[in-house]
Amino acid sequence: MNDSLSLKEQRAVPRVLMHELAAEERQHSFAEVNSGLTAEQALSEAARCLQCKTRPCVSGCPVGVSIPEFIAALSSGDLPRSVQILRRDNALPAVCGRVCPQEIQCEAHCVRKKNGEAVAIGYLERYVADWEMNNRKLLLTEPVPSPTGKKIVVVGSGPAGLTAAGELARYGHAVTIFEALHDCGGVLRYGIPEFRLPKMIVDEEMAHLSALGVVIEYNVIIGKTLSLSDLQEQFDAIFIANGAGLPRMLQIPGENLKGVYTANEFLTRVNLMEAGRSNNSMTPVIIRREVAVIGGGNTAIDCVRTARRLGAERAMLVYRRSEAEMPARTEEVRHAREEGIEFVMLTAPTAILSTKEGWVSALTCVKMKLGEPDASGRQRPEVVEGSDFQLSAGVVINAVGAAPNPLLSATVPDLPLNKSGTIMIDSSGETGIHGVFAGGDIVRGGATVILAMGDGKRAAAAIHSSLSAHISHPDKHCFHA
Amino acid sequence: MFNIIRNEIIAENLHKLVIMAPRIARARKAGQFVMVRLAQGEERIPLTISDADQEEGTITLFIQAIGTATRKIVAAKAGESIRDVAGPLGQATHITTWGRVVCVGGGVGTAVLYPLVKALADAGNQVTTIIGGRSKPLIILSAELAQISTALIITTEDGSLGTQGFVTAPLAKLLGDAAQIPQAVFAVGPVPMMKAVAELTRPLKIETIVSLNPIMIDGTGMCGGCRVTIGTETKFACVDGPEFDGHLVDFDGLSDRLTCYRTEEACHLIPSECKIGRGATP
Repeated sequence: MNDSLSLKEQRAVPRVLMHELAAEERQHSFAEVNSGLTAEQALSEAARCLQCKTRPCVSGCPVGVSIPEFIAALSSGDLPRSVQILRRDNALPAVCGRVCPQEIQCEAHCVRKKNGEAVAIGYLERYVADWEMNNRKLLLTEPVPSPTGKKIVVVGSGPAGLTAAGELARYGHAVTIFEALHDCGGVLRYGIPEFRLPKMIVDEEMAHLSALGVVIEYNVIIGKTLSLSDLQEQFDAIFIANGAGLPRMLQIPGENLKGVYTANEFLTRVNLMEAGRSNNSMTPVIIRREVAVIGGGNTAIDCVRTARRLGAERAMLVYRRSEAEMPARTEEVRHAREEGIEFVMLTAPTAILSTKEGWVSALTCVKMKLGEPDASGRQRPEVVEGSDFQLSAGVVINAVGAAPNPLLSATVPDLPLNKSGTIMIDSSGETGIHGVFAGGDIVRGGATVILAMGDGKRAAAAIHSSLSAHISHPDKHCFHA
Repeated sequence: MFNIIRNEIIAENLHKLVIMAPRIARARKAGQFVMVRLAQGEERIPLTISDADQEEGTITLFIQAIGTATRKIVAAKAGESIRDVAGPLGQATHITTWGRVVCVGGGVGTAVLYPLVKALADAGNQVTTIIGGRSKPLIILSAELAQISTALIITTEDGSLGTQGFVTAPLAKLLGDAAQIPQAVFAVGPVPMMKAVAELTRPLKIETIVSLNPIMIDGTGMCGGCRVTIGTETKFACVDGPEFDGHLVDFDGLSDRLTCYRTEEACHLIPSECKIGRGATP
C-alpha cells in the first residue's frame, strides 16, 4: 500500500504516536504504559524510512543493528525476514525496543530528523520483536547447532550474560549461566519496573535460550558459592557479567533513618519480590503520602513512578541539575510528568530529618545554579548561598548510582581492576586472566542495557574464536585423516 | 530446590534444620550466612550457618520461629524442600590464636556462636562460653558447647538453670579477674545483649566482636538495606560483616532499623489486627 505514496507524500506522514495507557489509570497500575503499534501504524511508520544509502542510524546503534534492512523487510510484509535481520545483531530486541535511549542513539542520527522527526526506530524494533513473540509457531524453530564439546560459563543473567549465552549457544558451545538471585534477568528483573518492561518478556527470552540448550542455575554466587578457580577447572572459558552492585550512598546526615531506601532496595522489593503489587507477596515496602526520590537518571524515574503507583500522593524527583541535563530517557520523563510526578529541579539534599521515633520527616535542601561545564560536558551545579529550605517527605529514595560489586573481584587477587573497582578488559573483552572475559556494568560501572549486550556479543565472538582453534570438527577430520 | 533432610525441635519455637546444599557445605566458613526463601512469594531472609557436613553435603540452620517467614520455614517437614538457599554470604570470622577468649551467646544467638566456639577452640584458644536465656527450655546446645569449651557458664533470667540473671554478670566477673581476663570477646544474640557486652569490655579495651542481624533483601551488597553505622562509616552487614568491632557499632541505630516493618509483620501474624489501609499513614 505504501508503494502508492509518492516520496513527497511519504515525507508528509508525521511520526507515529504510540498508544499509551491513560495517565490517570497509570497512577495505580503496573500495566505497561506503551501498548505497541498496530500493524497499520507499523507499516506506515516503516514507510517513513527513506532507506538512505549512508545509513547513519546504524552507526548510532551500539550493536550495529541493520536498521534500514529490518525496516525494509517489515515494509515488504516479510516479518520473519525482519525478525531474522534484527536478531542477527540484537539478542534482546523486545527489551531494546522498550528501554534503549533511541533519541540519543539510532534516532538521533536519522536523516529525517534534519527536517522534522526521526523514524520511530525503537517502536518498529519493538513491533517486530513482539510479532516474533506472538508468532513463534509460524517461524522455523532455530536449529540446535551441533555441539563443539566446549563448555562455557556465564556469571550473571542480566543483559550482557543473556546475550553472551545466546551467542555462544548458537556457536554450538555448552553454556551454563550461574545467577546469584532466584530469578533471571538481572537489572531487567529487579531494576526496570513492569510498567516499562513486562517480566513476561524476560521469561520469554530465557525460555528461548533454554530451547537452545542453555542451562541456568539459580542461587549460585561466584566468589562465594563457587570460586573463579572452581569455574576455571570445569569450563573452557568464563564470561563475567555480574553487574553493578553496591549502591552509592548520599553521604548526608540521616541516611540510615527508617524510611530511607536506596533505589536498588526499593526496586528489588517491588520488582523482584513483588512487594506492594501482589497480594501473594510477603515482602513489605514502606510508602508514605510524600515520597522524595533523589537523582535524575532512569533509575530515579523508575523509583518515583513506582512510588506514585504504590500510592504516594506527592511523588517528587529531586535533582541537582535542571531537566535538560537529566540522563533519563525522554519518553520516561514525559510519562512521569503526565503521571503527576513533581520535578524539584536544581535542588540538592543536605540532610534527612526525622520524627522523634526515627522515621523520615523531611529533606533539607539547597537550591543550585548551573555554572561552568564539568568533565561530563554538562554545566556544573553550584550551591546558591542562603537558599536552604525544607521539603516534607515520609520516604526518601536515593537513586544516585551504584559502584561495581566486589563480591567476585575481591576473591580473585590477580584479576586486574581499574581504580573505580571495575574489571579491566582488552578490546576483545578479555580480562587480565587468560580465558576469563567480562562485560556489562562490572566493566562499565553503570551503563545501558544495549551497551551491556554489545559487550556480551563481543566477548562471545572472542571466546568462540579463541576456542575454535582447538575445536575438532568431525567432517574436517575426513580431510586431515 | 534444597531438600530438608532433618527438622528437629530443639526448644519451644526453635528448630534445627539440616538442608542438602553440597556447594554451600563445601564453601562455608564459621560466621557466614545464607539467604533463604521458602517458596515463590515468600520473603528472602538471612540465616546463619551453624554447621556443615561436607561428606553428607548438608548445612545446619538453627531457626527461631518468631516471624512469619521463620514460622513457615520451620513448618516444612523433612523430605520437603526449600526453593532458594543462596550462600555462603558475608565475611568469615577472623580466627586467630588470642589465648583466652570468652564467647557470649543469647537465645538463638547461641546457635550462631557454636561454629565460632568450635573454630576458636580448633585454633588453640582457651574458650570460656557463657550462654543465657529466659528459662531452662530456651538454653540450647549446652552439651555440645560444654564439650568444645574450656568452661561453660549458663545463666537464666528465672534461675531455672545455671546462675540466675543475665550473661553480663559472669562476663563482668571474668573481666575483673586478672587471672581470667580474656584477650578477645565474641558476642552473638539480641542487640541489647551485644550492646551490654560491648559496654563492659570498652573500658578495658578488650577486642570485642559482635555478629549483627539487620534486615536484608539480596544479601549480596546490592540493596544496602542492611547498612549499619560502624564508627563514622556506613557499612553493609551482608558484604562487610556480619561481624564487626562491637566498640564501633551504633547499636541504637541498628535496633531502630530492625523495627521498620513491625506494623507489616503484625499484619501477617495476626491479620485481624492489621492497621494498614485503615486511615492514612503520615
